[in-house]
Amino acid sequence: MSKIIPLSGNSAVAYAVKSADVDVISAYPITPQTTIVEKLAEFIANGELDAEMIHVESEHSALSAAVGASATGARVYTASSSQGIALMYEIMFITSSLRLPIVMTIATRALSAPINIWNDHSDFMAVSDTGWVMMMAENNQEAHDDVILAYKIAEDPEVLLPVVTALDGYFMTHTIEPINVIERDEALSFAPKRKTWFTLDPDKPITIGALGDPQWYSEFKKQQYEAMKKSREVFEKSVEEFARVFGRKYGAVEFYGDENSEIVLIAMGHVVGNVKAYLSKVRIANSRVGVLKIKLYRPFPEDLVVRYLENAKIIGVIDRALIPGSASPGPLHSEIVTALRKHGVSSKTLSFICGLGGRPVTHEQISTMISKLTEFKDKPASELPREPLFIGVRE
Amino acid sequence: MSTKLPSWKELPIGAVILEPGSSRRYKTHEWRTLRPVINQDKCIRCRICWSYCPEPAIIEADKPYVTSSNKRYEVSYLIDYDYCKGCGICAQECPVKAIEMVPEVR
Repeated sequence: MSKIIPLSGNSAVAYAVKSADVDVISAYPITPQTTIVEKLAEFIANGELDAEMIHVESEHSALSAAVGASATGARVYTASSSQGIALMYEIMFITSSLRLPIVMTIATRALSAPINIWNDHSDFMAVSDTGWVMMMAENNQEAHDDVILAYKIAEDPEVLLPVVTALDGYFMTHTIEPINVIERDEALSFAPKRKTWFTLDPDKPITIGALGDPQWYSEFKKQQYEAMKKSREVFEKSVEEFARVFGRKYGAVEFYGDENSEIVLIAMGHVVGNVKAYLSKVRIANSRVGVLKIKLYRPFPEDLVVRYLENAKIIGVIDRALIPGSASPGPLHSEIVTALRKHGVSSKTLSFICGLGGRPVTHEQISTMISKLTEFKDKPASELPREPLFIGVRE
Repeated sequence: MSTKLPSWKELPIGAVILEPGSSRRYKTHEWRTLRPVINQDKCIRCRICWSYCPEPAIIEADKPYVTSSNKRYEVSYLIDYDYCKGCGICAQECPVKAIEMVPEVR
């Protein structure tokens, strides 16, 4: 029924956006995202996609135009990277607070300075507090599927939140893999277009974006909090239905290896694949080391994280972003530690910072991390380093 | 506020306002610390305060007025104290200084 064709990560995303039959695309070019919206422009020019492409003068305007379009009830898409995401920051809060189900792809890339167009998770992590549902793919097929899943979740009347689907810049965006393309009818039957949110209609005037003074503001924040919580249930139902329909099963987190492993490495994005490949190469996948992939970052699936980690002796968290001065400068490590301690799990953790600004996370580095975890596995928690370990950084 | 405000469960999603014109019920006079008071005797009915007021909270009333020097006007300019925020633009712009900003004492 569906066809398998070789596509770059960005093309895989664009094909999914086309199949989702979006009405409006508003975007500003930035590396490594550009070829997503270029491909979409091509689809529109060819007549393969009936959508309005809004050319804007900045990413701030790109998301603002998307907000306006979504407020009319259109299915809206945009994409960006790095500095572009940073420029959208203000409007990202507004999108989630106005509860507009926009889907945006982040082709993840480092933030300046120094200027760096290569991949890490600085941009993704920098917007993780803006109230969007956020997922990150491990491979191009997943990046393709995530777009369809994203519309399903975003437009659910019990959610109504914008969704970020992320894929790693270059390592995925510009790498070609065989993709099982979801066709338009399949996508629309899985995620039908429904106007589930309040929209602008001249015959039924409403106000969107009004003042909410101290008498009102808190109630709307509480609504947003509950919607984000609800999105987790909707995510679980959606991936289940997705598996039934398309035969590909995703989880908020995915564990590889023996669930009783004493050592667990946690990663996001394409690096998960690197770690899995390394472990199968050295044939320890089923003995001492397990890998936990975090796909859903917001809402953070703390219950599942705890379920998979509560028996581990030591956990290594690979962070490809750095927050200098934070109690845990690795943002993913920070989430993991919070989840564990909140649930009374005292497993030891090590925070690894590596793969910044496009530096590949090599098998040699993964081996170093596993050696470090092995070294501290049986030591008392008081001897653990208090600072993150920078892996692959020249001294 | 004496009326009970709705809970987060009762409010429309996304802070939208479904009822047109509901802002009339929002009496912005609570923001005011200075109250404009028009001296009807000094006022020359030039309409400048009416055109400058950003609310607008200056009312052009069909209310004849005779000044102490026996000049008769057919209209009077009045302040809508429900919505006047006390910004003082009217007093600043009045060419004959007929509007005084008086501190609100509560």
